[in-house]
Amino acid sequence: MTENATRNGDSGLDAKPNVPALEVLEIHKSYCGQAVLRGVSMRAHDGEVIAILGSSGSGKSTFLRCINFLEVPESGAVRVGGEEVRVRRRKTGGHAVDQKQINRLRARIGFVFQSFNLWPHRSVLGNIIEAPVHVLGLPRAEAVARAEALLDKVGMADRRDLYPNQLSGGQRQRAAIARALAMEPDVILFDEPTSALDPELVGEVLGVIRRLADEGRTMLIVTHEIGFAREVSDRTLFLHEGRVEEEGPSGRMFARPDSDRLRRFLASHLN
Amino acid sequence: MDVALMVDSLPRLARGMLTTFELVALSGVAGVLLAVPVALARVSRRAWVRAVPLGYIFFLRGTPLLVQIFLVYYGLGQFETVRESFLWPVLREAYWCAIIAFSLNTSAYTAEILRGAIQAVPPGEVEAARALGMPRAMAMRRIVLPRAVRMALPAYGNEVILMLKGSALASTITLLDLTGAARTIIAKTYKPLEIFLAAGVLYLLMTFVIVRLVRWAERRLAPPAGSRS
Repeated sequence: MTENATRNGDSGLDAKPNVPALEVLEIHKSYCGQAVLRGVSMRAHDGEVIAILGSSGSGKSTFLRCINFLEVPESGAVRVGGEEVRVRRRKTGGHAVDQKQINRLRARIGFVFQSFNLWPHRSVLGNIIEAPVHVLGLPRAEAVARAEALLDKVGMADRRDLYPNQLSGGQRQRAAIARALAMEPDVILFDEPTSALDPELVGEVLGVIRRLADEGRTMLIVTHEIGFAREVSDRTLFLHEGRVEEEGPSGRMFARPDSDRLRRFLASHLN
Repeated sequence: MDVALMVDSLPRLARGMLTTFELVALSGVAGVLLAVPVALARVSRRAWVRAVPLGYIFFLRGTPLLVQIFLVYYGLGQFETVRESFLWPVLREAYWCAIIAFSLNTSAYTAEILRGAIQAVPPGEVEAARALGMPRAMAMRRIVLPRAVRMALPAYGNEVILMLKGSALASTITLLDLTGAARTIIAKTYKPLEIFLAAGVLYLLMTFVIVRLVRWAERRLAPPAGSRS
Protein backbone atom coordinates (compact mmCIF):
# COMPACT_ATOMS: atom_id res chain seq x y z
CA MET A 1 0.00 0.00 0.00
CA THR A 2 2.36 2.70 -1.19
CA GLU A 3 -0.53 5.09 -1.39
CA ASN A 4 -0.73 5.26 2.38
CA ALA A 5 2.87 6.23 2.62
CA THR A 6 2.40 9.30 0.49
CA ARG A 7 -0.98 10.05 1.94
CA ASN A 8 0.20 10.54 5.49
CA GLY A 9 2.96 12.88 4.44
CA ASP A 10 1.53 16.32 3.97
CA SER A 11 4.60 18.30 4.84
CA GLY A 12 5.78 18.30 1.26
CA LEU A 13 9.23 17.28 2.47
CA ASP A 14 8.60 13.61 3.17
CA ALA A 15 10.06 10.53 1.52
CA LYS A 16 8.77 11.26 -1.98
CA PRO A 17 9.35 14.89 -2.78
CA ASN A 18 9.34 14.19 -6.52
CA VAL A 19 5.86 12.75 -6.72
CA PRO A 20 3.46 15.57 -7.61
CA ALA A 21 0.41 15.87 -5.37
CA LEU A 22 -1.76 15.82 -8.47
CA GLU A 23 -1.00 14.94 -12.05
CA VAL A 24 -3.47 15.08 -14.89
CA LEU A 25 -2.50 13.53 -18.20
CA GLU A 26 -3.95 14.17 -21.64
CA ILE A 27 -7.61 14.57 -20.78
CA HIS A 28 -9.94 14.38 -23.75
CA LYS A 29 -13.63 15.05 -23.38
CA SER A 30 -16.41 15.78 -25.81
CA TYR A 31 -20.16 16.19 -25.63
CA CYS A 32 -22.20 14.92 -28.57
CA GLY A 33 -19.20 14.92 -30.86
CA GLN A 34 -18.23 18.45 -29.80
CA ALA A 35 -14.70 18.39 -28.36
CA VAL A 36 -14.51 20.32 -25.09
CA LEU A 37 -11.09 19.20 -23.89
CA ARG A 38 -8.43 18.25 -26.44
CA GLY A 39 -5.65 16.78 -24.39
CA VAL A 40 -5.18 18.89 -21.29
CA SER A 41 -2.39 17.99 -18.88
CA MET A 42 -1.07 19.59 -15.74
CA ARG A 43 0.68 18.83 -12.51
CA ALA A 44 0.52 20.37 -9.09
CA HIS A 45 3.22 19.90 -6.50
CA ASP A 46 2.55 19.82 -2.80
CA GLY A 47 1.45 23.21 -1.55
CA GLU A 48 1.04 24.73 -4.99
CA VAL A 49 -1.94 26.91 -5.80
CA ILE A 50 -2.89 26.86 -9.46
CA ALA A 51 -5.34 29.25 -11.03
CA ILE A 52 -7.22 28.03 -14.08
CA LEU A 53 -8.40 30.83 -16.30
CA GLY A 54 -10.21 30.97 -19.59
CA SER A 55 -13.22 32.57 -21.16
CA SER A 56 -16.54 30.77 -20.95
CA GLY A 57 -16.57 27.67 -23.11
CA SER A 58 -12.83 27.20 -22.79
CA GLY A 59 -13.42 23.95 -20.89
CA LYS A 60 -12.04 25.01 -17.51
CA SER A 61 -14.97 23.77 -15.42
CA THR A 62 -15.18 20.56 -17.42
CA PHE A 63 -11.47 20.06 -16.86
CA LEU A 64 -11.90 20.43 -13.10
CA ARG A 65 -14.85 18.01 -13.11
CA CYS A 66 -12.84 15.47 -15.11
CA ILE A 67 -10.14 15.44 -12.44
CA ASN A 68 -12.42 13.80 -9.89
CA PHE A 69 -14.48 12.06 -12.56
CA LEU A 70 -17.73 13.91 -12.02
CA GLU A 71 -17.41 13.90 -15.79
CA VAL A 72 -15.78 10.82 -17.22
CA PRO A 73 -13.27 11.80 -19.89
CA GLU A 74 -12.91 9.75 -23.08
CA SER A 75 -9.26 9.23 -22.39
CA GLY A 76 -6.56 10.37 -20.07
CA ALA A 77 -5.37 9.66 -16.57
CA VAL A 78 -5.31 11.26 -13.15
CA ARG A 79 -2.68 10.59 -10.50
CA VAL A 80 -3.11 11.61 -6.91
CA GLY A 81 -0.10 11.08 -4.69
CA GLY A 82 1.12 8.39 -7.05
CA GLU A 83 -2.10 6.42 -7.43
CA GLU A 84 -3.31 6.48 -10.99
CA VAL A 85 -6.80 6.27 -12.42
CA ARG A 86 -6.80 5.63 -16.14
CA VAL A 87 -9.71 5.66 -18.53
CA ARG A 88 -9.95 2.35 -20.36
CA ARG A 89 -11.65 1.75 -23.65
CA ARG A 90 -14.41 -0.80 -23.51
CA LYS A 91 -14.45 -3.44 -26.20
CA THR A 92 -18.13 -2.70 -26.70
CA GLY A 93 -17.34 0.95 -27.29
CA GLY A 94 -17.51 3.70 -24.72
CA HIS A 95 -15.12 3.96 -21.84
CA ALA A 96 -14.90 2.72 -18.30
CA VAL A 97 -13.19 3.48 -15.07
CA ASP A 98 -12.83 1.53 -11.85
CA GLN A 99 -15.60 2.87 -9.58
CA LYS A 100 -13.97 1.73 -6.36
CA GLN A 101 -10.73 3.38 -7.29
CA ILE A 102 -12.57 6.57 -8.21
CA ASN A 103 -14.37 6.64 -4.88
CA ARG A 104 -11.03 6.27 -3.12
CA LEU A 105 -9.57 9.04 -5.26
CA ARG A 106 -12.52 11.35 -4.62
CA ALA A 107 -12.13 10.95 -0.87
CA ARG A 108 -8.66 12.49 -1.31
CA ILE A 109 -9.75 15.30 -3.62
CA GLY A 110 -11.92 18.02 -2.13
CA PHE A 111 -14.38 19.68 -4.49
CA VAL A 112 -16.07 23.02 -3.88
CA PHE A 113 -18.97 23.81 -6.19
CA GLN A 114 -20.14 27.09 -7.59
CA SER A 115 -23.62 26.45 -6.19
CA PHE A 116 -22.41 25.07 -2.81
CA ASN A 117 -24.60 21.95 -3.04
CA LEU A 118 -25.07 21.65 0.69
CA TRP A 119 -27.71 19.14 1.76
CA PRO A 120 -30.69 21.20 2.91
CA HIS A 121 -32.08 18.54 5.25
CA ARG A 122 -28.90 18.50 7.30
CA SER A 123 -27.53 21.09 9.67
CA VAL A 124 -24.17 22.66 8.95
CA LEU A 125 -22.56 20.16 11.32
CA GLY A 126 -24.49 17.28 9.73
CA ASN A 127 -23.25 18.32 6.30
CA ILE A 128 -19.65 18.36 7.48
CA ILE A 129 -19.47 15.09 9.43
CA GLU A 130 -21.45 12.98 6.97
CA ALA A 131 -18.59 11.87 4.73
CA PRO A 132 -15.89 11.60 7.41
CA VAL A 133 -18.16 9.27 9.41
CA HIS A 134 -19.56 7.21 6.56
CA VAL A 135 -16.79 7.26 3.97
CA LEU A 136 -13.68 7.41 6.16
CA GLY A 137 -15.24 5.54 9.08
CA LEU A 138 -14.21 8.17 11.60
CA PRO A 139 -15.87 7.85 15.03
CA ARG A 140 -18.65 10.42 15.34
CA ALA A 141 -17.10 12.28 18.26
CA GLU A 142 -13.86 12.67 16.37
CA ALA A 143 -15.66 13.88 13.25
CA VAL A 144 -17.57 16.43 15.33
CA ALA A 145 -14.37 17.70 16.91
CA ARG A 146 -12.78 18.00 13.47
CA ALA A 147 -15.87 19.77 12.13
CA GLU A 148 -15.87 22.26 14.98
CA ALA A 149 -12.23 23.11 14.44
CA LEU A 150 -12.94 23.67 10.74
CA LEU A 151 -16.02 25.78 11.42
CA ASP A 152 -13.88 27.90 13.66
CA LYS A 153 -11.34 28.24 10.86
CA VAL A 154 -13.95 29.41 8.32
CA GLY A 155 -15.53 31.74 10.87
CA MET A 156 -18.74 29.77 11.35
CA ALA A 157 -18.32 28.34 14.84
CA ASP A 158 -21.61 29.87 15.98
CA ARG A 159 -23.51 28.48 12.98
CA ARG A 160 -23.00 24.73 13.43
CA ASP A 161 -26.61 23.90 14.25
CA LEU A 162 -28.20 26.07 11.58
CA TYR A 163 -29.54 24.69 8.32
CA PRO A 164 -28.35 25.79 4.87
CA ASN A 165 -31.53 27.79 4.20
CA GLN A 166 -30.77 29.88 7.29
CA LEU A 167 -27.40 30.97 5.93
CA SER A 168 -26.29 33.67 3.51
CA GLY A 169 -24.57 32.62 0.29
CA GLY A 170 -21.15 33.40 1.68
CA GLN A 171 -21.83 31.36 4.80
CA ARG A 172 -23.10 28.47 2.70
CA GLN A 173 -19.94 28.46 0.63
CA ARG A 174 -17.77 28.61 3.73
CA ALA A 175 -19.71 25.68 5.17
CA ALA A 176 -19.20 23.82 1.90
CA ILE A 177 -15.47 24.50 2.09
CA ALA A 178 -15.42 23.14 5.64
CA ARG A 179 -17.26 20.06 4.38
CA ALA A 180 -14.55 19.48 1.77
CA LEU A 181 -11.75 20.10 4.29
CA ALA A 182 -13.23 17.61 6.76
CA MET A 183 -12.00 14.79 4.53
CA GLU A 184 -8.43 16.12 4.92
CA PRO A 185 -7.95 16.01 1.18
CA ASP A 186 -4.57 16.08 -0.55
CA VAL A 187 -5.88 18.50 -3.18
CA ILE A 188 -8.85 20.85 -3.23
CA LEU A 189 -10.60 21.85 -6.45
CA PHE A 190 -12.60 25.07 -6.49
CA ASP A 191 -15.08 25.44 -9.33
CA GLU A 192 -15.87 29.16 -9.55
CA PRO A 193 -16.46 29.33 -5.79
CA THR A 194 -17.66 32.95 -5.77
CA SER A 195 -19.62 33.15 -9.02
CA ALA A 196 -22.99 32.52 -7.36
CA LEU A 197 -22.44 35.10 -4.64
CA ASP A 198 -23.61 38.67 -4.25
CA PRO A 199 -20.62 41.00 -4.71
CA GLU A 200 -20.53 42.00 -1.05
CA LEU A 201 -20.19 38.34 0.01
CA VAL A 202 -17.33 37.45 -2.33
CA GLY A 203 -14.66 38.80 0.00
CA GLU A 204 -15.40 36.53 2.94
CA VAL A 205 -15.10 33.40 0.76
CA LEU A 206 -11.92 34.60 -0.96
CA GLY A 207 -10.52 35.34 2.51
CA VAL A 208 -11.03 31.73 3.55
CA ILE A 209 -9.43 30.42 0.35
CA ARG A 210 -6.49 32.79 0.79
CA ARG A 211 -5.90 31.46 4.30
CA LEU A 212 -5.90 27.91 2.95
CA ALA A 213 -3.29 28.95 0.37
CA ASP A 214 -1.17 30.45 3.13
CA GLU A 215 -1.37 27.17 5.03
CA GLY A 216 0.30 25.50 2.09
CA ARG A 217 -2.61 23.49 0.75
CA THR A 218 -2.54 22.20 -2.78
CA MET A 219 -5.39 23.82 -4.67
CA LEU A 220 -6.76 24.29 -8.17
CA ILE A 221 -9.00 27.29 -8.55
CA VAL A 222 -11.22 28.01 -11.51
CA THR A 223 -12.24 31.61 -11.09
CA HIS A 224 -13.24 34.84 -12.77
CA GLU A 225 -11.72 36.87 -9.96
CA ILE A 226 -8.56 37.75 -11.88
CA GLY A 227 -7.10 39.97 -9.20
CA PHE A 228 -7.54 37.24 -6.62
CA ALA A 229 -6.04 34.63 -8.95
CA ARG A 230 -2.94 36.75 -9.50
CA GLU A 231 -2.50 37.39 -5.82
CA VAL A 232 -3.07 33.89 -4.47
CA SER A 233 -1.77 31.49 -7.14
CA ASP A 234 1.75 30.24 -7.76
CA ARG A 235 1.06 29.14 -11.29
CA THR A 236 -1.63 29.82 -13.83
CA LEU A 237 -3.12 27.66 -16.54
CA PHE A 238 -4.86 29.53 -19.33
CA LEU A 239 -7.26 27.39 -21.34
CA HIS A 240 -8.58 28.22 -24.75
CA GLU A 241 -10.95 25.98 -26.72
CA GLY A 242 -10.04 22.89 -24.76
CA ARG A 243 -6.27 23.31 -24.92
CA VAL A 244 -3.67 24.83 -22.63
CA GLU A 245 -2.93 28.08 -24.39
CA GLU A 246 -0.33 29.21 -21.92
CA GLU A 247 0.93 28.20 -18.51
CA GLY A 248 3.59 29.35 -16.15
CA PRO A 249 4.36 31.20 -12.92
CA SER A 250 1.48 33.57 -12.19
CA GLY A 251 3.73 36.58 -11.63
CA ARG A 252 5.25 36.28 -15.10
CA MET A 253 1.99 35.38 -16.83
CA PHE A 254 0.04 38.31 -15.47
CA ALA A 255 2.91 40.76 -16.05
CA ARG A 256 4.10 39.56 -19.46
CA PRO A 257 1.66 37.19 -21.13
CA ASP A 258 3.16 35.42 -24.15
CA SER A 259 0.03 34.82 -26.13
CA ASP A 260 -2.22 37.44 -27.61
CA ARG A 261 -5.26 35.62 -26.33
CA LEU A 262 -4.14 35.76 -22.72
CA ARG A 263 -3.20 39.40 -23.14
CA ARG A 264 -6.66 40.21 -24.47
CA PHE A 265 -8.31 38.08 -21.80
CA LEU A 266 -6.44 39.85 -18.99
CA ALA A 267 -7.13 43.25 -20.49
CA SER A 268 -10.85 42.59 -20.70
CA HIS A 269 -11.03 41.21 -17.15
CA LEU A 270 -8.92 43.76 -15.38
CA ASN A 271 -10.82 46.73 -16.85
CA MET B 1 -84.28 11.11 10.91
CA ASP B 2 -83.62 8.46 13.50
CA VAL B 3 -80.83 9.96 15.57
CA ALA B 4 -81.26 7.38 18.31
CA LEU B 5 -80.49 4.60 15.80
CA MET B 6 -77.36 6.43 14.69
CA VAL B 7 -76.17 6.60 18.28
CA ASP B 8 -77.10 2.98 18.94
CA SER B 9 -75.14 1.86 15.87
CA LEU B 10 -72.00 3.66 16.90
CA PRO B 11 -70.34 0.78 18.77
CA ARG B 12 -70.71 -1.58 15.79
CA LEU B 13 -69.61 1.12 13.36
CA ALA B 14 -66.64 1.83 15.60
CA ARG B 15 -65.64 -1.83 15.43
CA GLY B 16 -65.88 -1.58 11.63
CA MET B 17 -63.77 1.53 11.78
CA LEU B 18 -61.11 -0.40 13.67
CA THR B 19 -61.04 -3.02 10.91
CA THR B 20 -60.76 -0.30 8.28
CA PHE B 21 -57.90 1.23 10.23
CA GLU B 22 -56.11 -2.13 10.41
CA LEU B 23 -56.54 -2.71 6.69
CA VAL B 24 -55.17 0.72 5.80
CA ALA B 25 -52.34 0.67 8.32
CA LEU B 26 -51.06 -2.84 7.52
CA SER B 27 -51.40 -2.35 3.76
CA GLY B 28 -49.79 1.04 4.06
CA VAL B 29 -46.72 -0.36 5.79
CA ALA B 30 -46.45 -3.35 3.46
CA GLY B 31 -47.05 -1.07 0.48
CA VAL B 32 -44.17 1.23 1.43
CA LEU B 33 -41.85 -1.74 1.99
CA LEU B 34 -42.72 -3.04 -1.47
CA ALA B 35 -42.56 0.41 -3.05
CA VAL B 36 -38.96 1.19 -2.09
CA PRO B 37 -37.30 -1.56 -4.16
CA VAL B 38 -39.72 -0.95 -7.02
CA ALA B 39 -38.89 2.76 -7.04
CA LEU B 40 -35.16 2.03 -6.81
CA ALA B 41 -35.45 -0.28 -9.80
CA ARG B 42 -37.28 2.46 -11.69
CA VAL B 43 -34.37 4.89 -11.27
CA SER B 44 -31.65 2.35 -12.05
CA ARG B 45 -28.93 3.26 -14.54
CA ARG B 46 -29.54 -0.04 -16.35
CA ALA B 47 -32.38 -0.03 -18.81
CA TRP B 48 -33.33 -3.64 -18.17
CA VAL B 49 -33.61 -3.08 -14.41
CA ARG B 50 -35.83 -0.06 -15.05
CA ALA B 51 -38.03 -2.25 -17.25
CA VAL B 52 -38.54 -4.99 -14.65
CA PRO B 53 -41.26 -3.28 -12.56
CA LEU B 54 -43.02 -1.76 -15.57
CA GLY B 55 -45.52 -4.61 -15.92
CA TYR B 56 -46.16 -4.61 -12.18
CA ILE B 57 -46.96 -0.90 -12.12
CA PHE B 58 -48.88 -1.01 -15.39
CA PHE B 59 -51.15 -3.82 -14.20
CA LEU B 60 -51.77 -2.50 -10.68
CA ARG B 61 -52.50 1.04 -11.79
CA GLY B 62 -54.39 0.01 -14.88
CA THR B 63 -56.98 -2.33 -13.39
CA PRO B 64 -59.71 -1.55 -10.84
CA LEU B 65 -58.90 -2.26 -7.21
CA LEU B 66 -62.14 -4.26 -7.03
CA VAL B 67 -60.91 -6.56 -9.79
CA GLN B 68 -57.61 -7.01 -7.96
CA ILE B 69 -59.41 -7.91 -4.73
CA PHE B 70 -61.56 -10.47 -6.55
CA LEU B 71 -58.53 -11.92 -8.32
CA VAL B 72 -56.81 -12.53 -4.98
CA TYR B 73 -59.90 -13.67 -3.07
CA TYR B 74 -61.72 -15.77 -5.69
CA GLY B 75 -58.93 -16.26 -8.21
CA LEU B 76 -56.13 -17.78 -6.16
CA GLY B 77 -58.40 -20.41 -4.62
CA GLN B 78 -59.00 -21.86 -8.09
CA PHE B 79 -55.53 -23.35 -8.12
CA GLU B 80 -55.14 -26.65 -6.36
CA THR B 81 -51.47 -25.95 -5.63
CA VAL B 82 -52.49 -22.82 -3.78
CA ARG B 83 -55.17 -24.66 -1.82
CA GLU B 84 -52.65 -27.32 -0.82
CA SER B 85 -49.81 -24.96 -0.04
CA PHE B 86 -48.84 -23.75 3.41
CA LEU B 87 -50.15 -20.33 2.39
CA TRP B 88 -53.74 -21.52 2.20
CA PRO B 89 -54.60 -20.79 5.87
CA VAL B 90 -53.72 -17.19 5.06
CA LEU B 91 -55.15 -16.95 1.55
CA ARG B 92 -58.42 -18.50 2.72
CA GLU B 93 -59.09 -15.49 4.92
CA ALA B 94 -60.86 -12.55 3.29
CA TYR B 95 -59.00 -10.29 5.71
CA TRP B 96 -55.57 -11.27 4.41
CA CYS B 97 -56.72 -11.31 0.81
CA ALA B 98 -57.86 -7.71 1.21
CA ILE B 99 -54.55 -6.75 2.78
CA ILE B 100 -52.59 -8.44 -0.02
CA ALA B 101 -54.64 -6.71 -2.72
CA PHE B 102 -54.44 -3.30 -1.01
CA SER B 103 -50.70 -3.64 -0.37
CA LEU B 104 -49.93 -4.47 -3.99
CA ASN B 105 -52.21 -1.72 -5.24
CA THR B 106 -50.83 1.04 -3.03
CA SER B 107 -47.23 -0.11 -3.57
CA ALA B 108 -47.52 0.65 -7.29
CA TYR B 109 -48.75 4.19 -6.67
CA THR B 110 -46.30 4.80 -3.83
CA ALA B 111 -43.40 3.56 -5.96
CA GLU B 112 -44.26 6.09 -8.66
CA ILE B 113 -44.54 8.89 -6.08
CA LEU B 114 -41.16 7.93 -4.66
CA ARG B 115 -39.59 7.63 -8.12
CA GLY B 116 -40.70 11.16 -8.94
CA ALA B 117 -39.28 12.46 -5.67
CA ILE B 118 -35.96 10.67 -6.15
CA GLN B 119 -35.64 12.20 -9.60
CA ALA B 120 -36.50 15.62 -8.19
CA VAL B 121 -33.51 15.67 -5.82
CA PRO B 122 -31.21 18.36 -7.26
CA PRO B 123 -28.35 16.64 -9.12
CA GLY B 124 -25.83 18.97 -7.49
CA GLU B 125 -26.62 17.51 -4.07
CA VAL B 126 -26.00 14.03 -5.38
CA GLU B 127 -22.77 15.20 -7.02
CA ALA B 128 -21.65 16.67 -3.71
CA ALA B 129 -22.11 13.26 -2.09
CA ARG B 130 -20.28 11.45 -4.89
CA ALA B 131 -17.48 14.04 -4.89
CA LEU B 132 -16.83 13.21 -1.23
CA GLY B 133 -16.20 9.59 -2.18
CA MET B 134 -19.61 8.10 -1.42
CA PRO B 135 -20.41 5.04 -3.51
CA ARG B 136 -23.66 5.30 -5.45
CA ALA B 137 -25.62 3.11 -3.01
CA MET B 138 -24.45 5.06 0.03
CA ALA B 139 -25.35 8.38 -1.59
CA MET B 140 -28.78 6.94 -2.34
CA ARG B 141 -29.30 5.73 1.22
CA ARG B 142 -27.77 8.64 3.10
CA ILE B 143 -28.68 11.63 0.93
CA VAL B 144 -31.12 10.92 -1.89
CA LEU B 145 -33.74 8.80 -0.11
CA PRO B 146 -34.00 11.06 2.98
CA ARG B 147 -34.42 14.04 0.64
CA ALA B 148 -36.91 12.20 -1.56
CA VAL B 149 -39.06 11.04 1.36
CA ARG B 150 -39.49 14.65 2.47
CA MET B 151 -40.53 15.69 -1.01
CA ALA B 152 -42.86 12.71 -1.43
CA LEU B 153 -44.78 13.21 1.82
CA PRO B 154 -47.56 15.52 0.58
CA ALA B 155 -48.32 13.28 -2.40
CA TYR B 156 -48.09 10.20 -0.19
CA GLY B 157 -50.64 11.68 2.23
CA ASN B 158 -52.98 11.88 -0.72
CA GLU B 159 -52.35 8.24 -1.53
CA VAL B 160 -53.19 7.17 2.05
CA ILE B 161 -56.49 9.04 1.86
CA LEU B 162 -57.33 7.34 -1.44
CA MET B 163 -56.42 4.02 0.13
CA LEU B 164 -58.72 4.70 3.08
CA LYS B 165 -61.64 5.24 0.77
CA GLY B 166 -60.65 2.33 -1.46
CA SER B 167 -60.73 0.10 1.59
CA ALA B 168 -64.53 0.27 1.49
CA LEU B 169 -64.25 -2.37 -1.25
CA ALA B 170 -63.19 -4.86 1.41
CA SER B 171 -66.89 -5.10 2.29
CA THR B 172 -67.45 -6.86 -1.04
CA ILE B 173 -65.54 -9.90 0.17
CA THR B 174 -67.50 -10.30 3.41
CA LEU B 175 -65.28 -8.11 5.60
CA LEU B 176 -67.00 -6.03 8.26
CA ASP B 177 -64.97 -2.88 7.77
CA LEU B 178 -66.72 0.44 8.30
CA THR B 179 -68.69 0.14 5.06
CA GLY B 180 -69.35 -3.57 5.67
CA ALA B 181 -70.64 -2.88 9.17
CA ALA B 182 -72.86 -0.10 7.85
CA ARG B 183 -74.34 -2.40 5.20
CA THR B 184 -75.16 -5.14 7.74
CA ILE B 185 -76.91 -2.69 10.01
CA ILE B 186 -78.90 -1.31 7.08
CA ALA B 187 -79.90 -4.83 6.02
CA LYS B 188 -81.62 -5.21 9.39
CA THR B 189 -82.99 -1.71 9.90
CA TYR B 190 -83.69 -0.42 6.38
CA LYS B 191 -82.35 2.98 7.38
CA PRO B 192 -79.63 3.69 4.79
CA LEU B 193 -79.71 7.46 5.24
CA GLU B 194 -78.89 7.46 8.94
CA ILE B 195 -76.33 4.68 8.85
CA PHE B 196 -74.43 5.78 5.74
CA LEU B 197 -74.45 9.32 7.09
CA ALA B 198 -72.90 8.10 10.34
CA ALA B 199 -70.35 5.99 8.40
CA GLY B 200 -69.51 8.97 6.21
CA VAL B 201 -68.83 11.12 9.25
CA LEU B 202 -66.53 8.45 10.63
CA TYR B 203 -64.62 8.29 7.30
CA LEU B 204 -64.27 12.07 7.43
CA LEU B 205 -62.88 11.78 10.91
CA MET B 206 -60.26 9.27 9.81
CA THR B 207 -59.30 11.42 6.82
CA PHE B 208 -58.90 14.38 9.14
CA VAL B 209 -56.55 12.39 11.38
CA ILE B 210 -54.48 11.28 8.36
CA VAL B 211 -54.20 14.84 7.05
CA ARG B 212 -53.04 15.95 10.47
CA LEU B 213 -50.50 13.14 10.81
CA VAL B 214 -48.98 13.85 7.40
CA ARG B 215 -48.78 17.56 8.12
CA TRP B 216 -47.10 16.83 11.44
CA ALA B 217 -44.57 14.55 9.75
CA GLU B 218 -43.88 17.16 7.09
CA ARG B 219 -43.21 19.79 9.69
CA ARG B 220 -41.05 17.50 11.77
CA LEU B 221 -38.86 16.49 8.85
CA ALA B 222 -38.58 19.91 7.23
CA PRO B 223 -35.50 21.95 8.08
CA PRO B 224 -36.41 24.98 10.21
CA ALA B 225 -37.78 27.87 8.21
CA GLY B 226 -35.02 30.12 6.99
CA SER B 227 -34.78 33.79 7.71
CA ARG B 228 -33.05 34.16 4.35
CA SER B 229 -34.11 33.08 0.88
